[in-house]
Amino acid sequence: MFEIVERQELAQGTIISNWIKAPKIAAKAKPGQFVILRANETGERIPLTMADTDPDKGLINIIYMVIGKSTALFKTLQVGQSYLDVIGPLGAATHLEKVGKVICVGGGTGIAVLHPITRGLKNLGNHVFAVIGSRSKDLLIMEERMKAASHELMICTDDGTYGHHGFVTDKLKETLEKNKDIGLAVCIGPVPMMRACCNVTKEFNVKTLVSLNPIMVDGTGMCGCCRVRVGGEMKFACVDGPEFDGHQVDFDELNLRLRSYLPEEKLSYDQFKAAHGSGKCSCCS
Amino acid sequence: MTEETKAPKKEKIPRQKMPEQPAQVRRHNFDEVPLGYTPELAQKEAERCIQCKDPRCMQGCPVEVEIPAFIKCIKEGDFEGAIRKLWEKNALPAVCGRVCPQEVQCEGLCILGKKDQPVAIGNLEKFAADYQRNHGRDVLPPKAAPTGKKVAVVGSGPSGLTVAGDLILKGHDVHIFEALHAPGGVLIYGIPEFRLPKAIVASECRYLERLGATIEVNAVIGRSETVDELLERFDAVFLGVGAGLPMFLKVPGEHYIGVYSSNEYLTRSNLMKAYDFPNYDTPLVRGKKVATFGGGNVAMDSARTALRMGAEKSYIIYRRGREELPARKEEIHHAEEEGVEFMLLSAPTKFLGTDDGFLTGVECLRMELGEPDASGRRRPVTVPGSEFIVDIDTAVISIGSSANPLLTKSTPGLALNKWGNIVADPKTGKTMKPRVWAGGDIVTGAATVILAAGAGRLASNSIHDFLTYGW
Repeated sequence: MFEIVERQELAQGTIISNWIKAPKIAAKAKPGQFVILRANETGERIPLTMADTDPDKGLINIIYMVIGKSTALFKTLQVGQSYLDVIGPLGAATHLEKVGKVICVGGGTGIAVLHPITRGLKNLGNHVFAVIGSRSKDLLIMEERMKAASHELMICTDDGTYGHHGFVTDKLKETLEKNKDIGLAVCIGPVPMMRACCNVTKEFNVKTLVSLNPIMVDGTGMCGCCRVRVGGEMKFACVDGPEFDGHQVDFDELNLRLRSYLPEEKLSYDQFKAAHGSGKCSCCS
Repeated sequence: MTEETKAPKKEKIPRQKMPEQPAQVRRHNFDEVPLGYTPELAQKEAERCIQCKDPRCMQGCPVEVEIPAFIKCIKEGDFEGAIRKLWEKNALPAVCGRVCPQEVQCEGLCILGKKDQPVAIGNLEKFAADYQRNHGRDVLPPKAAPTGKKVAVVGSGPSGLTVAGDLILKGHDVHIFEALHAPGGVLIYGIPEFRLPKAIVASECRYLERLGATIEVNAVIGRSETVDELLERFDAVFLGVGAGLPMFLKVPGEHYIGVYSSNEYLTRSNLMKAYDFPNYDTPLVRGKKVATFGGGNVAMDSARTALRMGAEKSYIIYRRGREELPARKEEIHHAEEEGVEFMLLSAPTKFLGTDDGFLTGVECLRMELGEPDASGRRRPVTVPGSEFIVDIDTAVISIGSSANPLLTKSTPGLALNKWGNIVADPKTGKTMKPRVWAGGDIVTGAATVILAAGAGRLASNSIHDFLTYGW
């Protein structure tokens, strides 16, 4: 059992942050790696990249958006309650190195994944530009932590309620134009955002890392569910990734496979919402 | 064999048929297919054994179960004696009684089989184990005094469980590490409920825990801890991590929604209980027309699972002929009885799908058998211009697994062969790395449960010698 010791609702309750007691994982985890969580016996195995760790206290931090049954179930877990299973650290760690100038771009909960990578790059002596974005001011997360992890933080909102009115790609392009010596971009967020960022960085010929989030089951290379096409070859995101060269990723295929279970996901979530609170669901009964 | 002439009367009893769920009923449920012998049937079958002085059946058993001895106990109604006898050599009798290919092992060598049907050794083993689990007293085999030595077993599949079972009885402290959230390895994620109920695997694992073994789930050795770190805490390490990297066909369209590896298809269904969706949260595409590619036992398991998930059509598409199907005859027979259709001498060339990514069909080519290849089987050759299309909405690719590099890549000092399998002494399981043994599919490539258990037995003997005598 993996106890939640701290819990925060962010972005008007649509995004949840948990600090979870998992000393073995906290001791080993590196930026870019993920864990798989299962809330209870009937639950799905859900992969989430760690937003932070505290090895001294034996804690890991995950930040997720509530988008379906499993994350809604996660949201019901309060401080003192536990996940049944937390498995990790999984995936290859980010290859962090001193490049000189780097830019880190995050959207939505991708900012959580980006956070330890950004900090790691800064700690290695890189000059770190960071761009984070969300649809609206209320939905933006981790502003303070990203500010601390970078040298210059730029904020974008789609509706202009905070920071730059527009997409993160605007600021990415602007920064790349002003700083021709940026040697690395790390772009993490929803698939359309990562694709758009890669299109920009391609123009400037800047090496770009993205972190992919395909559907997974075991997370150890055993099932092949998370296969993605990178540079024309089949790769397993769970063991070969989750980070890949963004200029080589087939985003169309990734997008398509992410939609594998839309009807089932809807059915499951609808049933949960109908039962939850009435004592009929597994989390309330 | 003179035994035949000594007791000719005993051969008059025919081999007792295993009661089974009717095919048309069972193809719609996940309950176990064989219903099991009653004590009466078991005793009657046990009577057929002529108790050879030089039993050939034992030579066919990779873990050397004293077959005539346990059968004698059943015959005499001493069912507890039977399970004790089995446990002496086999930590997993309920599993082996169900999934061993007895026809090419113990039963294949049974002397009765020369003129008649062999003794149903597998059915009797299953009976003894099930009787103990359901009706038996809470007995455990005797354990040697504690040695103070500690052994790490990585992977809780058949080889790991065998090593654990052997070494715990010899007084060593055993700690099993399992990457998934439930122990059993392929027994829990791979072999379907209708062939090996998961409650039985759980019970075999509990048996090891009752003997004093520790089972730690969610422990991905290679990531959460390395083998070198384990060597600091343990006197010996056994690696039985399986061959868990699925192979794909490498034809266009394998990304379509509805295309699975058998590992994924079966893991969703078995481990995650997707057949009980939405009571369980993990979904699985419920195809109406399912094609499974491959001809082994895992392919049969997938095709039969598809029927139980509601498929109207479940095809096995295999590039060689019927004689070349690598699956057990019994599995092929069960699959056919349930309505699985075999498209032999057919090889897929590409998958077809809709613009939004849903699988709609597969294009195949007809094959003919040419000259024998390295495996001794006749090599399939394509017939030019013979393309045909099969309408399907689900595809399960079951053409084998290769070595998963997750553990081996993080373990310096292990020698690997060109396929990435660990090089280990076939007689002892010793690897090139001191104090590390390996066995099962990670050494041999994908094989059977009992061969993995047999490798576990050899390794446990060697580990015991090392811990006791230092070699």
